[in-house]
Amino acid sequence: MNIPSNLKYTESNEWIKVEGNTGMIGITDFAQDQLSDIVFAEIIVAEGDEIKKGDTIATVESVKAAADIYSPASGKVVSISETLGGTPEVVNSDPYGAAWMIKIELSNPAEVDGLMDASAYEAFCATQH
Amino acid sequence: MAEPLLCDLSAPGRQGVRFPEPDVPLSSLPTELLRQELPMPELSEMDVVRHFTRLSQLNYSIDTGYYPLGSCTMKYNPKVNEETARLPGFAWAHPLQPIETVQGILVLMHQMQEWLKEIGGFAGVTLQPAAGAHGELTGVLIIRAYHQSRNDTKRDKILIPDSAHGTNPATSAMSGMRVVELKSDSRGNVDLQALKAECDDTLAGLMLTNPNTLGLFDENVEEVVRLVHEAGGLVYGDGANMNALLGVVRPGDLGIDVLHYNLHKTFSTPHGGGGPGAGPVGVCSKLVDFLPGPLVDVIEEGDDEMPPLYGFIDPPKSIGRVKSFHGHFGMIVRAYTYMLMNGGNGLRKVAEFAVLNANYLLARLRDTYHVPYDRICMHEFVMEGRWDDAPGVQALDISKRLMDYKFHPPTNYFPLIVHEALMIEPTETENKETLDAFADVLIKIAEEAHNEPQLLKEAPHITPVGRVDEVKAAKDLALCCGVAALEK
Amino acid sequence: MFIPHTDADREAMLRTIGVNKLEDLFQAIPAGHRFPKLDLPPAITEMEAVGELQGLAMANETSRDLACFLGAGAYNHFVPAAVDAIIRRGEFMTAYTPYQPELAQGTLQAIFEYQSLVAALTGMEVCNASHYDGATAVAEAVNMAYANFRGKRSKVVLSPALNPQYRQVVRTYTPGSNILFVGDGREGNLQSGPQSLFSLIDNNTALVVVQYPDFFGRVYDYTELARITHEAGALLCVSINPIALGLFTPPGYMGADIVTGEGQPLGIPLSFGGPYLGLFATRKEYVRKMSGRLAGESVDNRGQRAYVLTLTAREQHIRRERATSNICTNQGLMALASAVYMSLLGEHGLRQLAQLNYHKAHYAAKQITSIPGYSLWSKDTFFNEFVVVCPDPVSDINDHLLDHNILGGYDLGQDYPDLANHMLVAVTEMNTRDEIDTFIEVLSEVSHG
Repeated sequence: MNIPSNLKYTESNEWIKVEGNTGMIGITDFAQDQLSDIVFAEIIVAEGDEIKKGDTIATVESVKAAADIYSPASGKVVSISETLGGTPEVVNSDPYGAAWMIKIELSNPAEVDGLMDASAYEAFCATQH
Repeated sequence: MAEPLLCDLSAPGRQGVRFPEPDVPLSSLPTELLRQELPMPELSEMDVVRHFTRLSQLNYSIDTGYYPLGSCTMKYNPKVNEETARLPGFAWAHPLQPIETVQGILVLMHQMQEWLKEIGGFAGVTLQPAAGAHGELTGVLIIRAYHQSRNDTKRDKILIPDSAHGTNPATSAMSGMRVVELKSDSRGNVDLQALKAECDDTLAGLMLTNPNTLGLFDENVEEVVRLVHEAGGLVYGDGANMNALLGVVRPGDLGIDVLHYNLHKTFSTPHGGGGPGAGPVGVCSKLVDFLPGPLVDVIEEGDDEMPPLYGFIDPPKSIGRVKSFHGHFGMIVRAYTYMLMNGGNGLRKVAEFAVLNANYLLARLRDTYHVPYDRICMHEFVMEGRWDDAPGVQALDISKRLMDYKFHPPTNYFPLIVHEALMIEPTETENKETLDAFADVLIKIAEEAHNEPQLLKEAPHITPVGRVDEVKAAKDLALCCGVAALEK
Repeated sequence: MFIPHTDADREAMLRTIGVNKLEDLFQAIPAGHRFPKLDLPPAITEMEAVGELQGLAMANETSRDLACFLGAGAYNHFVPAAVDAIIRRGEFMTAYTPYQPELAQGTLQAIFEYQSLVAALTGMEVCNASHYDGATAVAEAVNMAYANFRGKRSKVVLSPALNPQYRQVVRTYTPGSNILFVGDGREGNLQSGPQSLFSLIDNNTALVVVQYPDFFGRVYDYTELARITHEAGALLCVSINPIALGLFTPPGYMGADIVTGEGQPLGIPLSFGGPYLGLFATRKEYVRKMSGRLAGESVDNRGQRAYVLTLTAREQHIRRERATSNICTNQGLMALASAVYMSLLGEHGLRQLAQLNYHKAHYAAKQITSIPGYSLWSKDTFFNEFVVVCPDPVSDINDHLLDHNILGGYDLGQDYPDLANHMLVAVTEMNTRDEIDTFIEVLSEVSHG
């Protein structure tokens, strides 16, 4: 299970990478493994939207499961992936790279401090099944 | 060898059924609204009959084999039901005919309402819902309406055990209620502590499947019902598993306030490859006024000379219609025929032998497959389709390998609380030889899983098609023959 | 009855289980409620049961005994023998839902073909495997539209000419939501066509619902309505009678986003109201928002074309409380019946059938207007149903018709207070010219010139 150390994680299996005041968001290797082959992914927020931590930002579907993706932090959406919808399988092959979903300008950077770091997330994953 | 599609078989100019020429003078047609192309196939009657007959031969069915599907109650579908449903006096009645012209139909429906009340221990029954999930929706809407009528508007919480069928939470969400999941305890019962913690003044109701999807009768059911009632909530019974309870216990007697029946499970109407079913709902006396209308009732009493007149009434606080017309009358006739033939004693035997068959299979299989909740089951039981010492073999593989032995697999991956779940419900109409053959095959497959797992992984081998690529089906969506394919 | 066990079987099985008698298997049932005596009649044989049911069936007079001019959402059409022959095959009738595609290619391919036929008939791109009936299909369309806009649009415009039962069901399905239904109250203008809805459509509208032909039998071009609906950012749902689509432009070509309908006229007997068939079709872009089962084409591991239920992640068994609908069992065998029916008629049969219905209904309407005291309520284009303004209450006229073995039309005053003494008359290919002429004769006996 790949859990990069420079990211922060939520209990609903999203990751966030903070660079300056921008957060890049996606779902983890653990999540894609649980879902298995992703056949559909749709980002449901648009550039310019103000979102809160916990708001639904995307949905992904595999053959046997469907999942809503929630934002780990609050802020303004500054960029959404152009390629995710056309190639949903990239969530399985490159969850931390090409499968990023949205980028937000953080309105409350302190929220990210409260999220799990890599070792906490690893311990958390061990308790899920 | 794939059967061609209708659009492949179509040839220009062919026609199956013809109609007579108009016997009336023609009127002018409104040219601006007339359809130009009508891209439908062109086939002779024999083309159509051969095509669909060959398709049918690709199917497994109860008429050809055993379905041990838990929670589906795949019992024999009596052929007499098909005769009675097709009697012209039933099959060709228009739903809006004057009631005087359909008294036979109304008597049948009224009798059915009464019998379902008696079987379940209820004060009122509606025959309107079209399927089990539809009955669930009806029931939850009734619960909601009851609380609203008492201005108890805080109550929006529905408790649902983690073993429940997916329709339960979906129904609650559709009804605008908030779903809270309740865990089961180690014996497979509703966890009483978890339940107590949720009993507050926001509790609208608990949806209970009993016996549950583990095939177990809740050992604390009376306490569960008491706790919910004490907190001001109502108990909804999912009647999918009634096959274990007919003549054994009446849910109404246990305090269940509202329950749906599945006529296509318990009462022998055929599954049809995905319906039609029927989901009548029974309610206790305090909920009778909320039933969807119209209900069948005597609207003019009879006397020495005249029989009573049956008609329709609308309950005074009805939640409203849940579908058009009166419900699936065609399925009601079939279930009525079944209940009439069985009588009260016969229905009890159904439950007794359904439970006997399930416990027999459990006894034969418990040493080979792990049964997480090992106690006397009701009409179905759940076992794990995996072994620590047969790594890589899953319930899915066992299921596909069963097909090579000409058995339909049991229900897979449900309930969610058992790993690699295989849920088995034999029903009462299977004989001992079939059950023994099934058990023998499952034991053989367990051996294969340990010694030759490839046989399972590559199964099925003898079916018309092998494992289907479901990822491709979802990604490269192809849901219709294109219009282009129909044009030649 | 259908329980095969001998006493010897039972005893052997009890021994294997390790209990003495059947009753021992029911110890978990609370003792005070165990084994109630059910007040049902005693068991009888098949022969006796058939006798009883024949008695109940013969106590009805149906469209086989009476000349039927009653429609209003269920229609008396001819069902060719081959339809029943196919659906009675045990391999179709007693098959389970096709969750194991290797054992269910018959059912799955038939569903795929049904989906294709309905899409072609309605001019739409995708179609599901069925809903319960025309009424619940509209209710599902409302839920679909509401979910599509994520609750941000809460108005639904309902035409007053949409079947009254459908409008009731839609309201039953949506308690406690913030959906506002407009358009079908007393202020709704029944005489005018869809133009009366235009001013109700705004940027809070999620869905506009009309019927085609409408409840009064009238046929309108909804292209302009579709344009206005889309301009406001809303969706248009058209509820259809599929037989009419053998003659008239399908709603898909007019711009409908969702097409629902009652499929009973496609080879399904009247059966006192059910089981029927809910048609549901939409555009490709909305396929994931549509509820209900879908059969899709794929390949198997031997390289063969194979069919399988797909996009199942939308459905209740996976999404649970996040599913848009709880539908599980649908109307599978009825969808099969309609697929067989549509195949038997094909392009030519469907055209012929629609024309027969049209011409017979128009002949009947012309004849009725020549009776003093009777007139047509609307001059608009109609298909096989029309509204007659009568000189007397409809129930009195229908009593008289029944004395002559005729089932009269629907009393619209039951649903539309402004339409007392208005009868909705349906004419299909099953009404011969003689029947129609007799109908006219008897009506004129009631006329008060």
